[in-house]
This record gives sequence, C-alpha cells and structure tokens, in this order.
Amino acid sequence: MEPVILLRDAVTVLGGFPALAGADLDVWRGEIVLVSGPNGAGKSTLLRLCAGLASLAKGSGRVLGFDLVRQRREIRRRVGYLGHANGLYLELTAEENVRFWARSAAAPAHDDVATLDRLEVPTRWRSLAVAHLSAGQRRRVALACVVVRRPDIWLLDEPHTGLDGPSRDLLDGVLREAVAAGATVLVASHELDRSAALATRTVRIVGGVLSSTDEPSDGSRGTVDVA
Amino acid sequence: MDRGGLLMWRDALLVAGKDLRIEFRSKIALNQIAPFALVVLLLFAFALDPDRGFLGEATPGLFWITVLLSTLLVVQRSYAVEAADSGRDSLRLTGLDPAGVFLGKAAAVFVVLALLEVGLAAGVRLMYDTSLRGWPVLVVASLAATTGLVAAGTMYGALAAGLRARETLLPLLFLPVVAPVMIGGTRAFAAALDGSSGEGWRWCGLLITFAVAYVALGMLLFEPLLEDS
Repeated sequence: MEPVILLRDAVTVLGGFPALAGADLDVWRGEIVLVSGPNGAGKSTLLRLCAGLASLAKGSGRVLGFDLVRQRREIRRRVGYLGHANGLYLELTAEENVRFWARSAAAPAHDDVATLDRLEVPTRWRSLAVAHLSAGQRRRVALACVVVRRPDIWLLDEPHTGLDGPSRDLLDGVLREAVAAGATVLVASHELDRSAALATRTVRIVGGVLSSTDEPSDGSRGTVDVA
Repeated sequence: MDRGGLLMWRDALLVAGKDLRIEFRSKIALNQIAPFALVVLLLFAFALDPDRGFLGEATPGLFWITVLLSTLLVVQRSYAVEAADSGRDSLRLTGLDPAGVFLGKAAAVFVVLALLEVGLAAGVRLMYDTSLRGWPVLVVASLAATTGLVAAGTMYGALAAGLRARETLLPLLFLPVVAPVMIGGTRAFAAALDGSSGEGWRWCGLLITFAVAYVALGMLLFEPLLEDS
C-alpha cells in the first residue's frame, strides 16, 4: 500500500542544472493535485519525471508502484501526459491521431470515436489533417488522445491553454469523471482560479523544491497495490 | 510465438502503418526525394558523359551511391515526423515495444526506398543505357542491401534525432558504417550485369549477413537509443 506517486529527495538535472532539487511528494489515488509555481520553478519537469520522460538523477521515486528508474516503460503505459506541445502527427487527421493512441493502448474497438464524441469534437474536424486545425482544436484532439488511453494517472501541463470557455468546462468535467472512475490527476497551471476550483489539493514548487503542501480538503486518501 | 513477440509485431505494424500513412499524405518522397535521386543520376551522367563506356561500367556504384544519399533523406524525414510536435515524447509515452517501433519505422523506410529503387532502375536503364540482366541476383541483392541500409539508418537516425546538429551528424555516423553495403551491393550488381551470377550470390551473402546483424542490433539497442538520445 503506497501513494500512486511517491517521490523522495528527487533530483532531475536538465542541461547541468537541477530542475528538480530534492522534491518529496505523495499523491494518493483519487486526488486532483494542482502544482503551482513561477516560470522555471520545475512544474513541467515534475510532470515529466512522473511520466517517466525525465530521468531521476538522485533520490527515489515510484509511480503506481513502479520504479522511476528501472520500470519507466511500465509507468508510461499507465499514465496520460499532456505537455506544452500536443504530441500530434500533423499530417494525420484528428481521427487517425486518436486511433493511433487507442491502438497503442489496445483500447476496445470504437473507443476512438466514442472519445471524440465525449470531447464533442465536431465531425467536420475529424477528417481534417491536424495541421489545418486551430491551436484550440488541436489541444482538444490532444486531450482526446490522452482520454482514449484511460490512464490511471493524468499528468497535465497547462491543459486549459488555448481552449475556449466551453472547452475548458468540458475538460474539467472529463477530469472529474476520470477521478470518479478511480484515476488521479496532477495538473500544473498558472490559471489558479480555474485549477484551484478543480483541485483537491495544491502543491507549490519554487526553485525545484516543493515548498508547501496542503492536505486533501476532504481528508480522503486512496491506496495502490504495489506491483 | 509468445505474447511478447505478438505484441512486438502488432506494434511494428501500428508504427509502419502510421509512418506510411504520413508519407502517403505528405508525398515528400514522391515530390522531393525521388526527383532528388533522379537529379543525382542525371548529374553523374553529365559528369561522365564523355566516356559512355565508363558510365555503363560504373552503373552499379552510381546506383548504390544514389540509393545511399536517398536513404539519408528518407531516414531524416522519418524522424522529422516524430519531432514535429514533440512526437518523440509521444512515441515513448505510447509504451510500445521499442523493438516493434524499430521494426515499424524500418519497414516504412524500406517500402519507400524499395519503390525509389524501382524508379532508379528505370532511370539507369534510360539515362545510362544499361541492360538489366541477372534479375535473381539483382532482386536479392537489392532486398538485402536495402534491409541493411534501412536497419542501420533507423538505428543511427534514432541516435542522431535527439542531438543537436542531427542533420549533419547522421551522415557522419551512417556513411562509414554502411561501406560494406556499398561494396557488396556494387559488386553483386556488377556481377549480375556481367552474367557472373556465382560471384553475385557470394556478395549477396555478405549483404544478407550485414542486414541480419543490423536488424538484430537495432531490435536490441533501440530502447536505450530512444531513451538516451
């Protein structure tokens, strides 16, 4: 039994600079944790570390019970990460991008279409190459690529960026549904009003160090079986 | 085949399908790389035109030099697609089997190069007036040499993709390594065109050995290459 994200004295070095300088963090199943902090504080690096994309130079870390050094592939299969970039193939259509992610996660047939429906992606966009979509439209397709994988942990870096009001409400609704279904969300954002309303807890990071942690507002703490 | 093997082939098909679909849409190979390859053949013809006889003799070498230069472009294109919208992260996040990703990317590059070689064969027939004969050796040598080029290119492409100055680094890494393919491909073609199929098959053996070795290496090393570069 342990948190779904467990970091102890975690250090991640980027270009010789410690972007994370000894971070300790426990995140429990079912939480929505807002990571706030100024530019360059280490928010994105924290998310990338938890996604198994950034390397752990020192300290220890486990995600969903898997070791962040030795079992990164296992972690990646189970998390959904949305960074500043959308990670879409520009020549493929919205539908083809979502289908690629669905198949890579061995999602049930037709989940791609159901996900596009859930995210209210208009039919006329779906057959367009992503290169021809607007920034907001691409962001929504990128979210669909995360949703279709049904990840256990959602790692979202400024997910509201580029989305219009209704799309932001839609995203918040999707996140609440995911949490209700047992997922956990770690979201980095500068849009504190919106994200704080969504979050069950806020973590502040400054200079690569987690400087303050609020306990979950409802006191709930989920657990995860260690693999 | 065990479950891991099946998943690897499933992932390979998924990646190859994705890459070929992107290529089909963008038509970069058709509109840019194929014309580039034909221009290279044409320039060789201009350079060696005063000596028609030598042009005919040099056909195998000129063909494989052109294929080699085209391979660089196709491999770079294959990784540029991944880098366009931070796709490199995405490819890692999919959790796909790295050996499957390697095989898938290599298969897509193979298909593009094989089609290009058909066009180049027609090009040397027309521009160099070379009679193509010894087809079994030509076909086997082409398949083996292309597999070797593609496997080495996909491996070094992954290594170079994450580094600065990757456009200039890839040729530096790739060209010395594929010297055996150049030599084997050229000699096998020369033997086939001369009607010496026995010698041609011996060179095919070298090409097949190189191809098998690099496919195996790529499957083994692709994960650390994808992680660390």
